[in-house]
Amino acid sequence: MSEALAQLAIDFSLLSLFAFGGVITVLPEMHRNVVEVHGWMSGAEFAQLFALAQASPGPNILVVSLIGWKVAGLAGAAVATAAVCAPSSVLTYAVSRVWQRFRGARWRNVVEDGLVPVTVGLMLAGGYLITLAADHSVLAFVITAATAGTVLTTTRIHPLWLLAAGGLLGLAGWV
Amino acid sequence: MTETRLPGAPSAAELFLRFTQVGASGFGGVMPWARRMLVEERRWLSDEEFSEALSLCQVLPGPNIVNMAVCVGTRFRGARGAIAAFSGLLCLPFAIILVLGALFTQYGELPAISAAFRGISAAAAGLIVAMGLKMAASRRLRSPMAVFALAAFVGIALVRLPLGVFLLAAAPASVAAAAWRAR
Repeated sequence: MSEALAQLAIDFSLLSLFAFGGVITVLPEMHRNVVEVHGWMSGAEFAQLFALAQASPGPNILVVSLIGWKVAGLAGAAVATAAVCAPSSVLTYAVSRVWQRFRGARWRNVVEDGLVPVTVGLMLAGGYLITLAADHSVLAFVITAATAGTVLTTTRIHPLWLLAAGGLLGLAGWV
Repeated sequence: MTETRLPGAPSAAELFLRFTQVGASGFGGVMPWARRMLVEERRWLSDEEFSEALSLCQVLPGPNIVNMAVCVGTRFRGARGAIAAFSGLLCLPFAIILVLGALFTQYGELPAISAAFRGISAAAAGLIVAMGLKMAASRRLRSPMAVFALAAFVGIALVRLPLGVFLLAAAPASVAAAAWRAR
């Protein structure tokens, strides 16, 4: 048990420092660690926890709490959540004390211009992998595509409606 | 050093309280609620200050919204403010999600629940795909820099490289390319 806790702490604190552009960009790496390297759960379970986190209020980083909880109970949830937040928060604390000074500095833009494309690629990779993990039928892929299409073409629709629509189709036994 | 006690700055308790509200109100993305609270309701930040803070939080690693809480907390009350905003943001959602997780473990095996969750998971995946595609349409990708997005997708999604290995090679290369283009 404590071995699992240590592993959670190590894995997620590293992820914290690699998570440029937020938690979705490290989704592939989380999936790799949790499902492929440690075998803590199946890909489908991973996708379910992720869906649960999306359907729950609060930052979607909390999928990490669910993973920790699944692996090692309440202690696991606390350790994983602290691990994924602490290193980046300490860094943010340190940097935000000096960042004002670099207002308008050219290298700030250069760093952003350089990191954004990588972040976008990671985001797309996350979408691709979570789709493969979640979808096991043709209709599931249709739901994924329709949800993405709706978000892209409609200006203001609450994501919860789309999750609910998916849930209803699932309840109807079609997925 | 940055002045941490501005006149009229919110107290640590206020930061905790307001970020608790923000954390518990957002579904699928809390940042818009943070903006509403900070800029429109409380007026702790101007529009421009918010955008600047946001770009900082996006450049730094870690969950953007958590970074935003730390950044705003630090700005007004230093380390105490950062801790107050951070714990405000996370405490309530953390408790809620664990209750949901427990319910899910208890009842997730029921055929109806697991059927519904197959549909919800598929829709949740669609939300992420849409977010990626939206970002891919950004102005910064209408340039040869897009090759780094492609490399990230191929390297991570298809080749399944460990993220650390990939980033240590790709991030410096991408920033160097951006610097070269900005000469």
